[in-house]
Amino acid sequence: MNRADSAGLASRVAQHLARRARWRAPEILFWLAAAATLFALPGKHLILAEIAILGLFALSLDLLLGYAGIISLGHAAFFGFGAYAAGLFSKHGLIAEPVLALLAAGAIAAALGFATSFLVLRGSDLTRLMVTLGVALVLRELANRFDGLTGGADGLQGVVMAPVLGRFAFDIGGHVGYAYSLAVLFVLFLVARRIVHSPFGLALGSLKGNPLRAAAIGIPVNGRLVGIYTFAAGYAGIAGALLTQVTQFCSLDVFSFERSADLLVVLILGGTGYLYGGLIGAVLFKLMQDWLAAMTPQYWQFWVGLVLVAVVLVGRERMTAWTGVIRGSSGAR
Amino acid sequence: MLTILIDGIAYGMLLFVLACGLSVTLGLMNFINLAHGAFAMAGGYVAVVLVNRVGLSFWLALPLAFVIPAIIGAMMERTLYRHLYARSHLDQVLFTVGLVFMSVAAVDYTMGSQQVFVQLPAMLQGQFSFQGVGVGRYRLLIIVVCGVLAVALQAILVRTHFGSRLRAAVDDARTARGLGINVNAVFALTFAVGSGLAGLGGALGAEILGLDPQFPLKFMIYFLIVVAVGGTSSVTGPLLASLFLGIGDVAGKYYVPKLGAFAIYTIMIAVLIWRPYGLLSRHRGR
Repeated sequence: MNRADSAGLASRVAQHLARRARWRAPEILFWLAAAATLFALPGKHLILAEIAILGLFALSLDLLLGYAGIISLGHAAFFGFGAYAAGLFSKHGLIAEPVLALLAAGAIAAALGFATSFLVLRGSDLTRLMVTLGVALVLRELANRFDGLTGGADGLQGVVMAPVLGRFAFDIGGHVGYAYSLAVLFVLFLVARRIVHSPFGLALGSLKGNPLRAAAIGIPVNGRLVGIYTFAAGYAGIAGALLTQVTQFCSLDVFSFERSADLLVVLILGGTGYLYGGLIGAVLFKLMQDWLAAMTPQYWQFWVGLVLVAVVLVGRERMTAWTGVIRGSSGAR
Repeated sequence: MLTILIDGIAYGMLLFVLACGLSVTLGLMNFINLAHGAFAMAGGYVAVVLVNRVGLSFWLALPLAFVIPAIIGAMMERTLYRHLYARSHLDQVLFTVGLVFMSVAAVDYTMGSQQVFVQLPAMLQGQFSFQGVGVGRYRLLIIVVCGVLAVALQAILVRTHFGSRLRAAVDDARTARGLGINVNAVFALTFAVGSGLAGLGGALGAEILGLDPQFPLKFMIYFLIVVAVGGTSSVTGPLLASLFLGIGDVAGKYYVPKLGAFAIYTIMIAVLIWRPYGLLSRHRGR
């Protein structure tokens, strides 16, 4: 291959990548609609803030599951770690400003993700499930045991949030909380979108498809997995921190297995591997929860289970085929 | 000290009976069945209903606690599970977690959310003293029953024709098919027996482990530890892992209660890092 050919190839690849990364109309509509809810649905801002936080959490799992193919049953570990970090920062006045505290909590959760990522590199899917589940359980036990610091089973109380950026104080109607959560979600979404369309993101896609071949063409498989695991852990930590900041409370429940399992449901409802799955899934999940919990509050888990079973039996691809509108051309390929 | 050891052994034996079916399903079909605990719970509630409400003798209820979950297991295997063998691990995890959630809520709805106990016959209650060591009668029964089961399973696996077909299928399902072994039938039978054993374990363990609708979730991690640490290629591996887990858990809770289950989880993670495919595994996992 002569030099002109390879230059031509490089530019064709660059064009292809740029085309994939281009914003499509449904995406822009999605975010415009999200922004419109700030003004259109003022009475629903409390639940919308929950949806935004759940969406961010699911986005972080999507980075792991949808892009790197790592199954985690313990993603709540990082969520809870970030939640407690943010709670402790504000309770003890270490970092009063919420945005800074959010970043710090994310960084701490990412550090934990980096440390535990090496555990996930080895072994089969079963080992990964066990290790991720085990890490979440260990953290829950720790939070329960150091009750002097965390409040144990009573939860972390006395979290009082300073105004966001020193100007916007949290209000009882949750308006500031929702605007803040949505803004954080949007910014982090942009970052994630940039990353999955970068060479790093493409490398993840190839090693998800076939780790052996990916290694053969020179992709450092373990390095990429550690990278995305750390990154996703940071995102989960920020989601947890957001929850603490918006609700001004944090309990052992943030580490629970049900939270990790519910998160899988969210992601499966929306579909994996195109970033919007977690966000759409979060909306569907919360609407479903609202509706079903109103009918049978105590047995709502039954319907979650039924949805999971049905989705798997029908086939995940078929269930989420309609999301092709947002996936655009990349979904068809 | 010895009392703790015996409690631990009884606990470990129970875990073995509960989890050994899972180790075969995982090894044979490479199928991650997180709903295994639901069958154990079914057995436990069968015993509770039969003994406490119908008034059947405890000794008659135990075989039924094996048979009913085994039938449920066989039916589920034929109708639902078999569609999922070829699917990804993610699908299997989602499906079985869904089943767990459904069983938890369904039992909560039909049986109530409080903890229940099986009424034991008088001859099984209390302790007796053996050379100065207090031994619970019921715990001794568990050790004997589970010990006999473990020996019987090992004998079936090593001595019988069915056992050799099963081992062949676990080692290499494709080659076994090529040799004319009906792997699916072997698997269906094993699945039913595994579910039945889980049910029996659930019935025996209701007294010690506590039985409530959250049972499948609470003990899922323990079953998985037994299988992941013990490996899937023999009876001895899961047996050793269960005993180790049972004694460790009882001793840990007795000597350092503040630590709780923390020690067990940490040890499990350490073992999995050291030997990702189980302590005694002969071959690399698939």
